[in-house]
Amino acid sequence: MYLRSERNGDSLEIELAGSWRGPDLPAIEAELGATSLAGARRVVVTIPADVQLDLAGAWALRGWLKQAESAGASIEYPGGKPGQVELIETSLPKGKKHPLPPTSSESSFEPVSALGKQVTRRIRALQSALAFVGQAFVTFLRACTSVRRLRPASITRHVYETGITAIPIVSLIAFLITLIIAYIAAQQAREYGAEIFVVDIVTVGVLRELGVLLTAIIVAGRSGSAFAAEIGAMKLNEEVDALHAIGVEPHEVLILPRVIGLVIAMPLLAVIADFIGLTGGALLCKWLLDMPLPLYLDRVQDAIAPTTFWVGIIKAPVFGLLIALSGTYRGLQVRDSSRELGRLTTVAVVQSIFLVIFANAIFAIVFWQLDI
Amino acid sequence: MSDSGPLVEVRGLVNRFGAQIVHDGLDMTVERGEVFGIVGGSGSGKSVLLRSILGLQRPQAGEVSLMGRPVTQLSPAELKQVKAGYGVTFQQGALFTSLTVLQNVQLPMLEHLSLSPAALDELARLKVRLVGLADEAAGKYPAQLSGGMIKRAALARALALDPQLLMLDEPTAGLDPISAAAFDELLMDLREQLGLTVIMITHDLDTIFRTCNRVGVIIDRKMTSDTLAGIAANPHPWIQAYFHGERAERFGTEGGRHGT
Repeated sequence: MYLRSERNGDSLEIELAGSWRGPDLPAIEAELGATSLAGARRVVVTIPADVQLDLAGAWALRGWLKQAESAGASIEYPGGKPGQVELIETSLPKGKKHPLPPTSSESSFEPVSALGKQVTRRIRALQSALAFVGQAFVTFLRACTSVRRLRPASITRHVYETGITAIPIVSLIAFLITLIIAYIAAQQAREYGAEIFVVDIVTVGVLRELGVLLTAIIVAGRSGSAFAAEIGAMKLNEEVDALHAIGVEPHEVLILPRVIGLVIAMPLLAVIADFIGLTGGALLCKWLLDMPLPLYLDRVQDAIAPTTFWVGIIKAPVFGLLIALSGTYRGLQVRDSSRELGRLTTVAVVQSIFLVIFANAIFAIVFWQLDI
Repeated sequence: MSDSGPLVEVRGLVNRFGAQIVHDGLDMTVERGEVFGIVGGSGSGKSVLLRSILGLQRPQAGEVSLMGRPVTQLSPAELKQVKAGYGVTFQQGALFTSLTVLQNVQLPMLEHLSLSPAALDELARLKVRLVGLADEAAGKYPAQLSGGMIKRAALARALALDPQLLMLDEPTAGLDPISAAAFDELLMDLREQLGLTVIMITHDLDTIFRTCNRVGVIIDRKMTSDTLAGIAANPHPWIQAYFHGERAERFGTEGGRHGT
C-alpha cells in the first residue's frame, strides 16, 4: 500500500504511505496507474511526515499528477508542496524535452559516399601508419648518435620480458607441434617404407618455416598485446603527454627500446624453437620409428642445405620488427576510453599475426626466386 | 536500516600494509545530517579510511558500521543493499570512459532498481540537471568533459540512487576557486534539499570553512574530531599549522560561518 485515495464528489483526496523510494517505483507506478483520475476537478495530496519520499518517488508522483493537471484538475498540497517535487519542477525543463544529440553520426546507407569514406579512411590510416614507421626510423637514426640515447637498460629489460620469459611457452609449443607433424608424416611415410624422410620433413619444416613462424605468433600474442596495452594505458593516463612536456621524445623512450628489444629477442627465441623442435623430432623418431639418434643426426645433416637454418633465422628480426611496430603503433592510437584500449590491443595482435604471415609469404617468394 | 544512532561509525580501525601502519585504532562517528570533513597530511591514510568504510579495503582489525549495519561482517548480498544507500565520488572522477554521462548515471539505477525506460531516462536526466550540467553534457563521453564537469558528473552518478550518505574524495581538488565555490554551494543546496549526510576528504580550506560542520583530523594514525571551532582551537602543532598557517589566515582564527 503506497496510496490511500478517497473520492469526495469531484475532489480526489490521496494520502501517501510507506516508502516512496527508488526500489519501490514499479509497485508505486502500478498503484498510481490503478487509481482512477476520471472526473476529478481537485486532487488533494497529503504526505505524512513518516513517508520516505525520494526523488524517484517524487518523480512518479509528479508524473501522475501531471496527468490529472492536463485533464483539468487542480492540485493542492494542504501540508505544503514537498521539497522533492519542487526540486524536480525547478530542475526539469518546462516544455518538451529536447532529444539528446546523437552520439554517433551514422546516416542512412548511401553506397557511393560510404565507399568514398571507406577509401579515404583507409588511405589516411595507411598514411598515418607510414608516418609512424618513418618517425620511428628517424628516431632510431637520431638515437644512434649516442649509446645513452639508445637506452641499453631499457632494451635489456624488453629483451628479458619479451624473450627470456617467453622461452618456456615457445619451447613447449615448438615441441608439441613438431611431435604432431612428425607423427602425421611418420604415419604416411610408413606405408611406403620411407620412414627416413620423416627426418627431412621435420628438419626442413622446422628450420625454414615452423620454428620462426610459431615463435612469431606466440610473441605477437604475448608481447604485441603487452606493448599495445602498456602504451595505451599510458596514453589514457596522460603519461605520453607528460613525456612530451618534459621534452622527452615518446618515440625514443617508448617505441625504440621495445622495437630493438624484440628485434634482438626474436632470433634468440627462434633458435631455441628450432632446437627444441628438432629434439621433439628426434624423440618421436626414436619412439615411433625405432630410429637411433646417430642415424637421425646424420639424416638431419644430409637434409639441410647450408642455407636452411639461416633462411629461417633471417626472418625472425623482421617478424620482431613488425610485431613491435604494430603493437606500439596501436598503443599510441588509444584515446579517451578504456574500450578503445581493448579494441586497439585486439587490432594490434590480429594485425601483427597477419603481417607476420604476409611477410612470411613474401619471404617464400623471394627465396624461391633466389633459388635458396 | 535503523533510523537512530550514528550513520557511520568506525571503531578501532587498524590498517597495515606490510610494515607500514596506516591506521592504529582509529575511531570516527558521523551523525545524520552532518557534513563531516576528513583532513590530514599526504599519506596519512585518508583515502584508505574511505576505502575501509566503503568495504573496498578489508581492515586488519576494527569495526565499520554504515547505517547501523556492520560492513565488515555482512554477506555480499547484504553489502549490496548497503551500497545502494550511499553514493561515492572518487578523486579522479572514475567515470566509465566508454559510457556517456547519462549512461554513467544510469548504471547504478540499472543495477539496483527496476525502472521503466522512461523513468530511467528522465530520472537520470534529472540527476544530471541537479548537479548543474547542461543537457548537452549528458550525451558526452568523459573524455570530452572539463575537470569541473567531470566532478559534477561524478556527483550525479553518486546521487543516482537518492542515497542518504555521500562520500566524496577530494571533490574540489583541481578546480579553480570559482568552480570550487560553485561546487560547494551546489553540495550545500543538495544537502538541504535531499537531506544528505556528507563525508568528504578535502584539502581545500575554503571548502572546509564553507561546508563542514565537523572535521576529523588524522594525526598519528588516529582521528581527532570536533566542530570546526573546536578543531581550530586544538593545540596540536599540525592542526595549528593547518588551520592557522599563512593560507588559513584570511579566514580568521574563529573558523568559518559553520564554526559554532
